[in-house]
Amino acid sequence: MDLTFSEKETAFRDELRGWLADNPPSPEPTDGGEDAHYAWRRDWQRKLYDAGWAAPGWPAEYGGRGASLTESAIYFEEIGRARVPLPANVLGLLLGGPTLMVWGTDEQKDRFLAPILSAEEIWCQGFSEPDAGSDLASLNTRAVKDGDGWVVTGQKVWTSGAQYSKWCMLVARTDGEAAKHKGLTYFLMDMEQEQVQVRPLRQITGEAEFNELFIEEARISDEHVIGGVGNGWKVALTTLMNERAGLGFALQVRLRQQLDDLFAAASERGLLEDPLVADKLAELHVRTEQIRLLAWKGLTDIERYGQPGPEGSLVKWLWSDTNQKLTQVAADVIGPEALTAGTRWSYELLRARGNSIEGGTTEVLKNIVAERVLGLPRLKAVA
Amino acid sequence: MDFGLTDDQRDIQRTARELLSSRATPERVREHAEAGRADDALWKELCELGWPGIAVAEEHGGQGLGTVELAILCEELGRTVAPVPFLPSVLAATLIEHAGSDEQRERWLPGLASGELTGAAGDTPELVHGAAGADVIVIVSGGEAHALEGAAAEPVASIDSTRPAARVDGAGGEPLPGDVAAAADRALVAVAAELVGVCGRALEMTVAYVKDRKQFGTPVGAYQAVSHRCAQMLLDTEGARAAVSFAAWAADADPQRLPEAAAMAKAAASDAGREVTAAAIQLHGGIGFTWEADVHWLFKRAQLDAALLGGASTQRARLARLVAGVGA
Repeated sequence: MDLTFSEKETAFRDELRGWLADNPPSPEPTDGGEDAHYAWRRDWQRKLYDAGWAAPGWPAEYGGRGASLTESAIYFEEIGRARVPLPANVLGLLLGGPTLMVWGTDEQKDRFLAPILSAEEIWCQGFSEPDAGSDLASLNTRAVKDGDGWVVTGQKVWTSGAQYSKWCMLVARTDGEAAKHKGLTYFLMDMEQEQVQVRPLRQITGEAEFNELFIEEARISDEHVIGGVGNGWKVALTTLMNERAGLGFALQVRLRQQLDDLFAAASERGLLEDPLVADKLAELHVRTEQIRLLAWKGLTDIERYGQPGPEGSLVKWLWSDTNQKLTQVAADVIGPEALTAGTRWSYELLRARGNSIEGGTTEVLKNIVAERVLGLPRLKAVA
Repeated sequence: MDFGLTDDQRDIQRTARELLSSRATPERVREHAEAGRADDALWKELCELGWPGIAVAEEHGGQGLGTVELAILCEELGRTVAPVPFLPSVLAATLIEHAGSDEQRERWLPGLASGELTGAAGDTPELVHGAAGADVIVIVSGGEAHALEGAAAEPVASIDSTRPAARVDGAGGEPLPGDVAAAADRALVAVAAELVGVCGRALEMTVAYVKDRKQFGTPVGAYQAVSHRCAQMLLDTEGARAAVSFAAWAADADPQRLPEAAAMAKAAASDAGREVTAAAIQLHGGIGFTWEADVHWLFKRAQLDAALLGGASTQRARLARLVAGVGA
């Protein structure tokens, strides 16, 4: 057991920390709405890209640094610690690129990887549908063969960044006769066609991070099938596995900062003297540290044994639960300001409700833990 | 960054688990607990293997290994709730080694390391876990620690009859002059490690039971009301285990972080111990409430350990001060 970084990892961290300190993003735009905000994050990614920091975990041959898993985790910890935004093309960098590296042809890698890295082409993820959330494999969007391409019709939901995207990682049904996991194909769909309509989805915070996609006979060429026709479920799993890996470290650090801010707020108000408040804050501290430790333990298990231990499925669950509790404690500590629209803590309070739904609901995560980690039997579906 | 055990540590863990799986079977534990007797034969065997002195310095007759190794043995013994005075003795040894005078170390450590003497420690003189029959008892209270000769102890039956408790006169004894807080933190890690073992065993027994037990024609473990509580038991157990690993590592490698790490480990393990063993009884259903199901031994041990040397609330109160101080 050695819970310190190696010399090489420390050097990596120090180099990045130094670079982030010397090269902060331009000031966050205060007007211009979401478009201006997105443009700002896109500029930030270009700055990271020019310095070779857009995706250090990518292999050097594709423009990354070939960073180890530990170094990639350090990258996200430092991004969080410096309180700078994630690069704009986060889904392309974290999900699309790594999926292409596993399943893409040489031509596809040549064509698509570089513009992901430079933020020239933004990617979005077209997986969930109105009737296919947790049960993703039951999705209904259909792709029908037509000459040297495909014609796609259907609806997708929870597509973040769709209005800024050039490419959509789209899973569609190409064989209605096959078993539900087997009739799927993974495509890259060009978003710049009028057969694809993007409609913002207003969420409980009032903003629209996500969209609905209405797809009416959109065209996709054969060259944009990833991993072969009928192999879409396996390719999608590669994407989903990447979703839970890197991002966790940025979230974990963000939670730490929220908690530090909350301790400071409680201290300013003299509330640390209140044993009930102190108890709740300390409990949040324990959980936040457990998330950090479990995230690192899961990662080092992958490095050491090639597969994650039970921690992998637990981290997201514990994170969402803890972040929700934190914002609820904040409502007590901060008081009326936390319930006033437009304030930081009121936003966090509302936004946190999505944490236990997005990227795998807590109920599904518990099923995964029960079935795959504990080996409990699966309940037969109601006929 | 590496949470894995070394090959030597893994050997200790494997050897301990193998030995205890044949020597501390549920039947044997129950037999001794019902009679209110320690398992002297097992204790003798553990002493011959040098277990009580695993973390005691070599100059005092121990093996001179670290808190990580000590935590491994605590966890393995916790899994079995074996009726041996291991944890109470190592708590006394830890406090004396890290807060005692040279003379006190020389007087007690060789005996505690060899098992010739047994010890106990606690923070509530009216009920000291494992103190009945102990040769030396350390009472930690108000930032001070006092060592008492065991003869002053009067046996009291606690709910945990795998570990005979006693009442002592808290006013007496000789003070340990050293850094009591640092010594007590190491002791907390040992208690927390035992709790992780108790949780791990409670979870294993429960998972095996709910896979086997059928109602309405299906294993009850298929119902999400049951399976999700099992998942919660795993989350609590693994969360406590991570905190204990960090604290054991800090005790050996980064003592500056030990106060925070030990408080976290004991807070997490105390809560997990109570929750996980209570869930184990509940998920066993009616049988879980019976004497013969053996789940209750885990619940009882968890209750005593959770309170020992300061429960979760006490640790969190300390933690809030530590974090606020660090953050300021």
